[in-house]
Parts: sequence; C-alpha cells; structure tokens
Amino acid sequence: MSTAAPAEVQAAATEDQSFGGVLRSRWDAFKGGDVGSVPVLVGIVAITIFFTTKSSVFFTAVNFQNLIGQMAGVTVIAVGIVFVLLIGEIDLSVGYLSGLCSVAVAEFQLAGSNHDYPGLVSIAIAILVGAAFGAAQGSIVAFLGVPSFVVTLAGLLIAQGLIIKILGTQGVIGITDNKILDVSNYVLSKNTGWIVAILFTVLLALATFGSYIGRRRAGLPTGNIIFAVIRVVFFGGLAFAAVAVCNRAHPRPGVPLVGLIILFVVVLFSYLAGRTTFGRHVYAVGGNAEASRRAGINVKRIRILCFVISGSLAGLGGVILASRLNSVDLTFGGGTLLLDSISAAVIGGVSLFGGRGKVSGALFGGLIIGMISNGTDLVGSADWVKYVTTGAILLGAVTLDTVARRRQAAAGR
Amino acid sequence: MSATTAATATLELKGVSKSFGSVQALREVDFEVRDGEVMALVGDNGAGKSTLIKCIAGIYAIDDGQILFEGKPVSIHGPKDAAKLGIEVVYQDLALCDNLDVVQNMYLGREEHDPLYRLKEAPMEQRTTETLKGLSVTTIRSVRQPVATLSGGQRQSVAVARAVMWNNRVVFLDEPTAALGVAQTRQVLDLVRRLGEQGLAVVLVSHNLNDVFEVANRITVLRLGRDIGVYERQKTTPEEIVEAITLGTTQPEAEHAPPELEQT
Repeated sequence: MSTAAPAEVQAAATEDQSFGGVLRSRWDAFKGGDVGSVPVLVGIVAITIFFTTKSSVFFTAVNFQNLIGQMAGVTVIAVGIVFVLLIGEIDLSVGYLSGLCSVAVAEFQLAGSNHDYPGLVSIAIAILVGAAFGAAQGSIVAFLGVPSFVVTLAGLLIAQGLIIKILGTQGVIGITDNKILDVSNYVLSKNTGWIVAILFTVLLALATFGSYIGRRRAGLPTGNIIFAVIRVVFFGGLAFAAVAVCNRAHPRPGVPLVGLIILFVVVLFSYLAGRTTFGRHVYAVGGNAEASRRAGINVKRIRILCFVISGSLAGLGGVILASRLNSVDLTFGGGTLLLDSISAAVIGGVSLFGGRGKVSGALFGGLIIGMISNGTDLVGSADWVKYVTTGAILLGAVTLDTVARRRQAAAGR
Repeated sequence: MSATTAATATLELKGVSKSFGSVQALREVDFEVRDGEVMALVGDNGAGKSTLIKCIAGIYAIDDGQILFEGKPVSIHGPKDAAKLGIEVVYQDLALCDNLDVVQNMYLGREEHDPLYRLKEAPMEQRTTETLKGLSVTTIRSVRQPVATLSGGQRQSVAVARAVMWNNRVVFLDEPTAALGVAQTRQVLDLVRRLGEQGLAVVLVSHNLNDVFEVANRITVLRLGRDIGVYERQKTTPEEIVEAITLGTTQPEAEHAPPELEQT
C-alpha cells in the first residue's frame, strides 16, 4: 500500500509566514482557546478608563508612582505562586510566610538587640527564612505525597503562630535601618530610570532578534519579522512610558527602586521558566508528572525547588511590605494578601490545573489587583466594592482558563 | 522486507518466568525479535503481554530465564538499563505532556542545553523536523503547536518518533491503535511498517488481528503466561491465531517451535 500522504495534508504542512498568514493562525489559536494575554490587556485598559473618568487623581504621575509601591509586594509573591501553580500545586502559606519574613527582617535589624545586623544581611536572612520554609513544605509534598493544599494550610497556621510568638511581647517592631527602608521608599534619579529603560529594551531586542536570527540560520520557520519588531517596540515603549511618567511625579520624581525590583524579579524568573531546562521541566511536571518521571526528570527535585522559589519570593515580598510601612505589626501577612497574590497569578493567565501560563502574567495580574485597590480607594468606595470587584475578576479569569482548556482539548480531536 | 532481517535475534528471551506471589504471570516464555522485522505479540487479557513488556523495560525483574541482546546475555535491573541497550517502550498512555509542543515532548528529559542550562531550541527543532520527515509524518502542521491540539494518530506518531529519535534498536508499541479511528489507525500502521523497513526491531502488542496481519512479519502468541508459538504471517490465517489465543492448540512451524513448549 502507498505510504504517501494525501496531497491536501502535505499542503497543510507548510506554514504561511506572511503578515496576514500569521495573523490568521493567531486568530485560529485564539478561537481554539489559546487567548494569550489579550483578556489581561483589555482588562487593564478598561480599568484605567473606568477609574480615570471617576477620579481626577487616578491618571496622574504621582499616583502611578504610588501604584508601583502598592502592587510590588503582591506581584513579587505572585511570581513565586506562578511556579507552584505551574506544577499543579498550590501554596496557601505565602501570605503569613511573607508576614513571618517581614518580622524576620525587622527583628534582625532591631537596634539594641544582640542581633542587630546590617540591613542587607537581615534582608538576606528574611529571604532565607522564606526559602527554608518553602523547602520544608516542598519536601513534605514531594517525598511523602501529602497534598500541597493541606501542607501549606498547616504552613499558613504555623507561620501565623510564629508571628504572634515573636511579636507577642512588644506587638510592633519599628524599622530604622536605612537600607531596608530604601527597598520601598528610594526613588531612582531621572537618568538612572532612563538607563534602566534603555537596558531593558536592548536586552529584549537582543533576545527577540537573537532567536530570530538563530532560527533563520538553522533554516527553521521564523514567523514574520514585523511581529518581532512590534513586540520589542510595544514592551520597550511601555518601559520608556513608565519611566517618563515616574520622572514627572511631584514631589519626588523618578522610578521607585521597588519598580526596578519588580522588573528584575519578573525578567529573571521569566527567563528561568522560559529558556532553561529547569523551566522546561517545571512545565513538563505540571503537564504530566508521570510522563516526566518516565522521561528521567527528577520530579521530586522540581517540586521542592518550586516551593523554594515560592517561599523565597514570599520572603522578598515580606521585606518589600515591611519596608513600605516602616514597621511590622501583628496584621502582617493577613488580610487579603494571600488571596490577592494567588488571584494576581491566576488573573495573569496561569492555570490552576498546572502547566499553563507565564511568569509575566503575575506582573499583569498584580497590576490589575493593584489598580482596583488603588482606584477604589481614590473613588472612596466602601471596602465591599473592592472585594466584590476583585472576586468577580478572579472568577472571570478562572472561568476563562477552564473554558480555554476545554476548547483546546476539543480542538485536538 | 524479510530480506533485511538479521540472522541473529536482536532481543531474545529464553525460558523467562515471572510470578507475583502465587500468580504465575510468565512461564518459561521464549520470545525474539530481529532487526528489520515487525514482531506482533498477541494474546487475550491476562496472557502476560504487559508483564513481558515490563520485564524487558526493566520495571519488573525476571525470576528465571535469560535475556539476550544481540546474542549476549544481559541483565536488566531498571528502566535505565533497558534504555542503555536501546530498548524503548511506547506505552498505551503515550507519556506525552499535553501542554508542551512537539519539540518539547520529543526532547522531554533530554533537552539540549549549553553549560548555563540555557535551552538550544534551534537544533532541537531542526532534528525533530528531520525525524518526523524521515518517518513520513507529514500531517503535523507545526512542531511548535502543543500536543493537546494534535489528533490521536498524530500523538501516537510523536510518541513513536520520540522512541526512534534516540537511536533505539528495539521499539515496543503497546496497543498503538487502540483508541484510534480508521484513518488514524492507517497513519500509525504505516508508521509501524516504516520503522521495520528502516531496520529497527519492532514489537507490536495488539488485540487487533487486522492490524497485526497488516504489518507484522511474525506473530508470537501468548496464552495464560505461556508462549504458544511463533507464526509467520504469510503461512498462517487469522482463524489459526484466534484458535491459538483462545484454546492454545497449535501447530507452529518447526524451526521456531520452542522444544520445551508443553512441558509443565
């Protein structure tokens, strides 16, 4: 019998790479459930327009600066959550764990105690506390097979208990170390801001065109160069716009240092997830753990490392939050911090079912959460409006993810 | 096709037994497969097909008997030993990650990277494309689409291509057409035949005698843990195989008949 494929099948095997062709295949993928970052971008624009019409302060440079400070803690914690979600697990401990790390950073700079270390040392200790806590939780999940939901729920309670134990006698610790205070309060000079924007754009261009040229040399389909250019111009433009806005803020013009920290965390972990073998294995474990194990991937190691990342970034988030309020008290780590962080990751398109989503989603999700919180405060609406709105958006994002999954599965058969 | 078949068996089992407690899953089973042939392994549920595969894949240790690879006795203590010999099993569940694309699945756990663990995407994609082309798998539009968007036959093709890409000598296919429609079954059977033509030793485990008679050169029948015999496709009929599967009665050709067949 003939082994040649039918003619129409072979014709379909060549990809259309013209501008229109790429657009058409993107549209097909969109209909097939791969919605990418479209809903998030639409959401950001819609929320911006809404609050701009409601409040004269919302769309101002100083409020943008303020927004960066408000979203920083949640966004950094959400980046860690992304890794845990990617392997199909959950980490409920990040809220109070970040609180515990806030307490740690405050405790280890406490003047007059026998452990008043320099600011940077106490920041490192706080992050290490988060990493160790994550490693312990991850090990229980990976080696003993206890569901992460329960392990991290226990972790949440333990972290909360430790916060009460440590703060119990005085109830509040003031932060006096300048390095720690700088984390959330330092503002970069105007020129430093521009340099950051230039560096970011150059790196993005190098990465984008580097892979384009590499694929071209290897004789592989490259996609249309126009899309690579659009990508660089769009994200580079965003960076420049952000710097331009921050540099016009009064009374302290310039990009907040914490904005640079967000950018650094997001870029570093995007790179880790997208371009390294570790990242590939994270996605593989989230997609099919048994297949990954049979392919020789050390699934336990990947699981533990994801919880370590989540714990460490909860630690960094705790440092940022402690620095922002200049002191640490019993409310740290509580409130909506945990749910905001998980929501940020999920709204950013990271699937709760594992294996789907991008680290950059945490940035967009954190931005949406931050904008709602910031906007409702400015408008002066009651707290319930903030909760209901955030809840509705979260529900929408999860529904979208579920529907997208089903459509993608249906497109295969 | 049989012209390319090698003289000595690539993989040979001699008197292999395996029991689980009081259950004797395999009793002194003889089995062989040669380069360039498709050997079918058939039998009813509980005949010991899966146990046999798992013994060869290193998931179970054999109790008794010998495994020979290219005539030399080897011991397979784990999946890594089997992989080192170049024995690869494509299980029924395919072991693909739906969320990853074709290239990522082909290189799952064996990604090419530089000293800094950065992935080298271009060479991986190149080799994937070449491998698929070499197997005449032409229906996959882009090797960069997630496996979730592929049809059942295409997924099977990807799993088989992955097994082949790593210079394996012996490929076991466990029920490759079980969940497929007519056209996709065709696709996969063509692929199985091509594997044999490319000189690999292919073992096709199947319930479906139509498939078996279409692509296999020889057929080994298992029944209740015993091997009933080896049949050459050209010299047998489906009726004879069905009888061997269900009743165990047989007149296997003399040259392949294991002498100790009926001793128990």
